[in-house]
Amino acid sequence: MKKGSQSWVFNNNPVIISSAAVGGPFEAKGALAEDFDLLHDDIWLEQDSFEKAEKVLLEEACDIAIKKCKLKKENINFFLSGDLMNQIITSSFAARAMSVPFLGVFGACSSSMEGLALASLIVDSNSADYVIAAAATHNASVEKQFRYPTEYGGQKPPTAQWTVTGAGAALVASKGEGPKVTAATIGKVIDMGLTDPFNMGAAMAPAAVHTIETHFKDLNRDPSYYDLIATGDLGSIGHSIASDLLSQHGFNMTSNIFKDCGLLIYKKDQPVFAGASGCACSATVTYGHFLNRMRKGELRKILIVATGALLSPMSYQQKESIPCIAHAVSIEM
Amino acid sequence: MSKKKEQNMTQAQKEYQKFAKEREPKRPVLKNCSKAFIVGGAICAFGQILQFAFIKYFGFTEKTAGNPASAVIIILSVLFTGLGVYDHLGQWAGAGTAIPITGFANSIASAAIEHKTEGYVLGTGGNMFKLAGSVITFGVFSAFIVALIKMCLVWLGVI
Repeated sequence: MKKGSQSWVFNNNPVIISSAAVGGPFEAKGALAEDFDLLHDDIWLEQDSFEKAEKVLLEEACDIAIKKCKLKKENINFFLSGDLMNQIITSSFAARAMSVPFLGVFGACSSSMEGLALASLIVDSNSADYVIAAAATHNASVEKQFRYPTEYGGQKPPTAQWTVTGAGAALVASKGEGPKVTAATIGKVIDMGLTDPFNMGAAMAPAAVHTIETHFKDLNRDPSYYDLIATGDLGSIGHSIASDLLSQHGFNMTSNIFKDCGLLIYKKDQPVFAGASGCACSATVTYGHFLNRMRKGELRKILIVATGALLSPMSYQQKESIPCIAHAVSIEM
Repeated sequence: MSKKKEQNMTQAQKEYQKFAKEREPKRPVLKNCSKAFIVGGAICAFGQILQFAFIKYFGFTEKTAGNPASAVIIILSVLFTGLGVYDHLGQWAGAGTAIPITGFANSIASAAIEHKTEGYVLGTGGNMFKLAGSVITFGVFSAFIVALIKMCLVWLGVI
């Protein structure tokens, strides 16, 4: 049901009956390693290209999520997935193997919550019983497509971010036990004219702020409603900008409830510059760490605001600025 | 940013950019320059030692010893790229490893390795000069301009 200008409220309680997070070797050394269902010690995952490795990550995340609730692929009605590769090949190729009706989504790194919001909408409208929402990225395949070859010795500035190697999947069902998706706010594309692809956090922060404010307005809530509000991958710069902007606009976001997935996933001593990024950043942290904490009873109400920078390597070479988007999904126990 | 672009921006965009800029950590320019100076200098000093060695032990002259010395440095750079060490070195040393001939070798080798998955012809062959290509293009073009200038000066009898 639509509420306010751009939010949905799900009255039929679509529930995340299971979720899975898969990661690579760098994530295994990270701060949330325990919350991953599967960690690989080889970035190639025994594949002959990084693109194939990314596809395997996504397939594994979906398989684990399905197995956890003792279902079979045939039970799944729809599969919604997104990634950062050109023509979202990771998702399409994983969907080929899964052989489940597929809808590809693209919102750059916000694809994770775009998928979850749509999956919940489908289930909420009684159009399906089981829908999987997933997202994946691979550090090396993203570097290859958006930046330089992985072995190139160019120096990155302190504002750069590190793309997560991993995949996250959530199985949304019409009934069952688990955290429920209660509302979602679909973001607008916001472009503040920033052009530096090595500083995406600052480019994405206004989109996150806009979506968070609209969410509160549409649903008549304030920050105290949630135990945790987490942005997807703003990193240290973007997150502090978002925090300052929100407090300027009269929303008091205390640092113990306002977090960023990109600042949680790795340890302080890992060389990730301003923090983590990628579809898999918000996907693995939410579907692994946060949902585990909800199941343990440590968190009851959370809001995930996945942020995406909608640029392409060609658009920034043509000196276009970076349009950004953020989608928020509210999950409650 | 160009003046024209700045004029096209709205007031809100300009204000936000100023706001964001204040929160952005500055690149540690002095630290980066010192590291680049030390590492770049060390690479060049090592090249000089090689050159002397080629003259002393292998019978090269001062004029011809430059070539084998560069070749050794290029091979080492490519080897370090292949072993996955060079990118970490580059992050630390910055321009120190990018400016000498080692940086050029690394840009070619890294692109060649990266695109091997697309095959030897369209992948490695087609992408090897992805980063180095513009250096070659503008290098050849500047050499052509310099040669033209020299030709004109000779023709005018200046040199």
